[in-house]
Amino acid sequence: MSEAIPAIELDGVVKEYLSHGETVQAVKGVSLAIGEGEFFSLLGPSGCGKTTTMRMVAGFEEPTKGVVRLHGQDVTDVPPNKRDVNMVFQSYALFPHMSVWENVAFGLRRRRVPDAEVKQRVGEILEIVDLTGREKRRPREMSGGQQQRVALARALVNRPRALLLDEPLGALDLKLRQAMQIELKRIQREVGITFVYVTHDQSEALTMSDRIAVMNDGLVEQLATPREIYEKPASKFVAGFIGTSNLLTGTVASVEGAGAVVRLGAEDRILVSGPSTAGETVDLTVRPEKITISTEQPEGDLSVVRGTVNEVVYLGTYNSYAVGLADGAEIMVFQQNANDSSVTAERGDTVWLSWQPQHSYAL
Amino acid sequence: MKRSRAPYWLALPGWLWLAIFLVVPIAAMASVSLTTGNLIDGFAQTLSVSNYSDAIAKYSTQLVRSLVYGGVATLLMLILGYPVAYWIAFKGGHRKSMFLFLLLLPFFVSFVLRTISWGFLLADDGILFGTLKGWGLLPEDFHVLATTVAVIGGLVYNFLPFMILPIYVALERVDPRVIEAAYDLYASRFDAFRRVVLPLSLPGVFAGVLMTFVPASADPVNAAVLGGTGNTMIGNIIQTEYLVNSNYPTASALSFTLMAVLLVGIFIYARALGTENVMEAAAR
Ligand SMILES: Nc1ncnc2c1ncn2[C@@H]1O[C@H](COP(=O)(O)OP(=O)(O)OP(=O)(O)O)[C@@H](O)[C@H]1O
Ligand SMILES: [Mg+2]
Repeated sequence: MSEAIPAIELDGVVKEYLSHGETVQAVKGVSLAIGEGEFFSLLGPSGCGKTTTMRMVAGFEEPTKGVVRLHGQDVTDVPPNKRDVNMVFQSYALFPHMSVWENVAFGLRRRRVPDAEVKQRVGEILEIVDLTGREKRRPREMSGGQQQRVALARALVNRPRALLLDEPLGALDLKLRQAMQIELKRIQREVGITFVYVTHDQSEALTMSDRIAVMNDGLVEQLATPREIYEKPASKFVAGFIGTSNLLTGTVASVEGAGAVVRLGAEDRILVSGPSTAGETVDLTVRPEKITISTEQPEGDLSVVRGTVNEVVYLGTYNSYAVGLADGAEIMVFQQNANDSSVTAERGDTVWLSWQPQHSYAL
Repeated sequence: MKRSRAPYWLALPGWLWLAIFLVVPIAAMASVSLTTGNLIDGFAQTLSVSNYSDAIAKYSTQLVRSLVYGGVATLLMLILGYPVAYWIAFKGGHRKSMFLFLLLLPFFVSFVLRTISWGFLLADDGILFGTLKGWGLLPEDFHVLATTVAVIGGLVYNFLPFMILPIYVALERVDPRVIEAAYDLYASRFDAFRRVVLPLSLPGVFAGVLMTFVPASADPVNAAVLGGTGNTMIGNIIQTEYLVNSNYPTASALSFTLMAVLLVGIFIYARALGTENVMEAAAR
């Protein structure tokens, strides 16, 4: 995808709003390129600028600064009805006075597609989203999940070169959400269109996307594959936002070649690559499931810290430990219940926590 | 769980009010409309249906004129009012309530006074035409007062807010995302209006037409103050028969005829132009 022209390209895009006489920067400078056929997610907390970014791609908002390109063409000043992308709105925004069939046919008719072809294409897409037989219903006569699929069909039937989805599953309950995630992935594979997917649900983004842009406060903090974002978070924010993460602050005790030894307490020794000056203060992150908990000091080239168990929670597939360290920090440890579900340590026990050096990063 | 009866009890005073002050007078009037006699000898119930045929025969011109004036005024109000309602709903920003207040401001002045001041405004040598004639911009014999134009103009002026408000309420309820969705699906501005905004505002148009056509057709004040002898409307006749001639049977019969005509008109209108039908048509 590196050589081909990206389907969607944002270049230094800034969006400012004037609200009550003050300038608010909703998007503070976003540059990214989304490849043809990619499932791309914009992930971030509420208010970080996801919808605003998406609306600039769709053409509903004009960037204050920067350029939007679709398939290499500068569309910054092109109105939404002349852009070859379609949007699925956060609230679906179906036409309440039209039947399902009329909703779906709307775009084709505006483009003066011949009647016979409209009929055929609407029929086909309704079949794909599994709504055949519901053509005559009004949106208000349908469940949330069905409305969601109408919204999807209404956009997809136009065969846009990219589909923009703004938290399309936000209003659905967990079960339906999970079913629709799989459904969306299937549809995307079938139609082969670029999907730009906005969500604030990290697990949704991780399971569905080819690549994710993690946004915070109007900026992209990290743009990478789900695996990379989970395994190698680029910032404190990403580490904290994606999954459960332990953030530790320590001092570099010594530097040995490419690695450094970081200490929290006297008996701790965390091996990290990156920091190069002794005495430096560093922030580290390590995922709870990477940590082994034991009552004896572990051997070998591992990162090791000592602490006291504050809490043990049995969670079915794993046990969760909250371990307090000498400096007052608390580390979460997840222990898989693979062979037996008995706990290694009880509340109040002194334990050793260890992990492979590659699992902690200096941020 | 036992259903609460409270709503029924709470609605009772309202129903009683309607029964006593609406149904009873109407029933009384219906009875009067079938009597014969005069003020001096008294009226006797004779069930004379001829009151109706006589009244209609005598005043059919005014009856038809009232419906035409009311209809034309309503159409003008729709043409003038819709854009105003649209503008307030979509471009009013945070000043919406101020614009609505301004719209209702004239209602703080009595209806009759407002109409009379219109009379001053339109007088042959009044502030408006007098000045224009003084500048030679209008011929000396130009006049508006005591014409059809003045009466319909007065009706439009007096009832316009009743057209604007329901349309505004309907437009205000249209989700802006739905309009954006139309643009996103390749609709031009005109298409988005015709296929989405207009159909969704039709319930408001429907209510606005009812709220203006009915009172405008029955109104006696505008014709009396702004019209001449040739512009008498049915409201004036009813008023004269009742208050001046004390011909209660004819006045009552005319009132009922007007009511019946309006009801039939509304029924046909609702049937032919029912919002569902129009929405269906717009969706094509
Ligand atoms: N029209 C507007 N006028 C003023 N400020 C706005 C406007 N639209 C958005 N904002 C502000 O811009 C910021 C980003 O908003 P945006 O809707 O893009 O967030 P989001 O990431 O989509 O959030 P959510 O997950 O809650 O939908 C917010 O702080 C919001 O208050
Ligand atoms: Mg949003």
